[in-house]
Amino acid sequence: MTTLIEAEKLTRILAETVPVTLVKNVSLTIGENEFVAVTGPSGSGKSSLLYLLGLLDRPTSGTLRIGGRDAGPMSEAQRARTRLAMLGFVFQFHFLLPEFSARENVEIPMRKLARLSRGEMRERAGGLLESLGLADHADKRPDQLSGGQRQRVAVARALANDPPLVLADEPTGSLDSKSSEQVFSILEALVREGGKTVVAVTHDLDMAARMDRRIHLVDGMIENGERRHAAERA
Amino acid sequence: MRLIIDIAMTHIAGRGRQTLVAVIGVAVGVGFSIAMAALMQGGQDDFVEQLVNTMPHVQVTDEQRTARRQPAEDAFDAVAISGLRPRDDRRGIINPTEALSWLEGWIPGRFAPSLRTQGVIRYSSREVGAAIIGVDPEAEPAVSPIVGEFVQGSFAGLTAGGNNIVVGDTMAERLGAGLGDTVTAVSSEGLSRNFRIVGLFHTGTTARDEGEAYVLLKNAQILSARPNAINEIRIKLDDPNAASAVARRVEAEIGYKAVAWQEANESILEALVVRNVIMYTVVAAIMLVAGFGIYNIISTITHEKARDIAIMKSLGFGEADMRRLFLLEGVAIGAGGSALGWLLGFSLVYALSLVRFELAATGQEMTRLPIAWSVVHYIIASSFALGSAAVAGYLPARRAARLNPVDIIRGAT
Repeated sequence: MTTLIEAEKLTRILAETVPVTLVKNVSLTIGENEFVAVTGPSGSGKSSLLYLLGLLDRPTSGTLRIGGRDAGPMSEAQRARTRLAMLGFVFQFHFLLPEFSARENVEIPMRKLARLSRGEMRERAGGLLESLGLADHADKRPDQLSGGQRQRVAVARALANDPPLVLADEPTGSLDSKSSEQVFSILEALVREGGKTVVAVTHDLDMAARMDRRIHLVDGMIENGERRHAAERA
Repeated sequence: MRLIIDIAMTHIAGRGRQTLVAVIGVAVGVGFSIAMAALMQGGQDDFVEQLVNTMPHVQVTDEQRTARRQPAEDAFDAVAISGLRPRDDRRGIINPTEALSWLEGWIPGRFAPSLRTQGVIRYSSREVGAAIIGVDPEAEPAVSPIVGEFVQGSFAGLTAGGNNIVVGDTMAERLGAGLGDTVTAVSSEGLSRNFRIVGLFHTGTTARDEGEAYVLLKNAQILSARPNAINEIRIKLDDPNAASAVARRVEAEIGYKAVAWQEANESILEALVVRNVIMYTVVAAIMLVAGFGIYNIISTITHEKARDIAIMKSLGFGEADMRRLFLLEGVAIGAGGSALGWLLGFSLVYALSLVRFELAATGQEMTRLPIAWSVVHYIIASSFALGSAAVAGYLPARRAARLNPVDIIRGAT
């Protein structure tokens, strides 16, 4: 199993008047084809850890290796490039660009990466949306879609550049149970059938129980981060 | 880069009303700057033109700038001369024929000789002091500002038989005389002669309309008892700006004082420089206000787009992309506003040029607003607008691009 993320003693302290420790001494490795839940009570630093892993935030101390490369000395542009090619984000709120149609939203990361031709991008965006059951909604703008549909577009966008790692921050947090289930199965399918690694922050323990591995955070520290075996899961 | 342009255009197009307000804001600034500049520049040009048109570009008189060097000064080292009086020379410009033919040879323009003398015009018991100017009716129209201002008659009337005179309408009014009446001209020499009024002019300059009387050169010479003399050559040039050079050359050659219009109106031209400073200050102030408007609008848009910036950064766009994006949006709004501003400015200037009014009290009549049509105004206004739009887009974009996306994503609802 290849290692995608390797974190060592990650600590993130917000430099406020009273310093706030978000993440403390977190060390973990995440490999290919894993389905990881990050759980913990509110304010335990789940999202903060995810942002650190996703290169959206810089750790105060500790090292982070992503795809074997040390992220510490990377320039802002290199980090952006890495995010573009290696990472896909799904947030609690869909965070689609409101002026663009679903298809355009999915195409934007591809156009930024500029690895495919425009025709191929269009085709791939269409294919991604279709595979997520959005074939009829490709040309609608986000405000014309339901919450579940938007979140699925967001998933499609996260997959646009075929990244090995998808980071999801409460991806079902603002959805009803039916849509939640739908989005969850999509993420699950990404791991089981697509061979991706999905790291999802969730406070839904049922959902966490259905994933392969659970990292439980309390007060910014890992309380339990073991891998479970398939047998246990069942 | 295509992608950035596409996003910028979608942002702009997707926010119709706001974009419209922004573009109109820029356009109003640009348009009013153009209109103000046109008006102020026009006013000044008009003023200078009046100045240039109402007087000869170069005036050569029979005076000398400095007293002639006295022989004693050449002979001795320590000489102090006081109470030096100009010699009583009644010949005017010496050798006028030679001087005139020399001028004929090279002057790029037209000129006319004349004899100016002081006198009084009398009609029954009324008297008005006047400069009696003897002119050549053939040459005079080419240099005189009065030609187009005749209310009745013209210079040509002077040549018709008998002793004729042309006076200003104000003078005629004060004398109580009209066209065809015979007035008496008395010169400072005490000689007098009767003249029939064959022309009335109205220039709008009171000093002229009330104090100038034109007669034939020959008659003026008789009145002032200076046969064959002229004491003034007035030169009208094709290019008024060449006046200084021409005046220098004439003065060097003939030796008499030759005054260019710039020299004669030095204080006015100095005042114009001050006016220019005021003009540019006013226009710059308008543009500054417009610039702040642009800044405001674009920075508001940028702030509203903070979430989109965070999203795009999380997708893998760099800070430079974000800066470019909003810079582009600022410039696009600036460009759109400039284009609309040109239209607005042009219409404003056109509308102003249609305004008509009457103004007789100030002496010089004005019937239209003086307007300067200049491409330079348009270029300056729009480049200023583009510049401030770029700055207005860049500054907030730079701040927003630096923002940590996490702060925005965390705070989102």
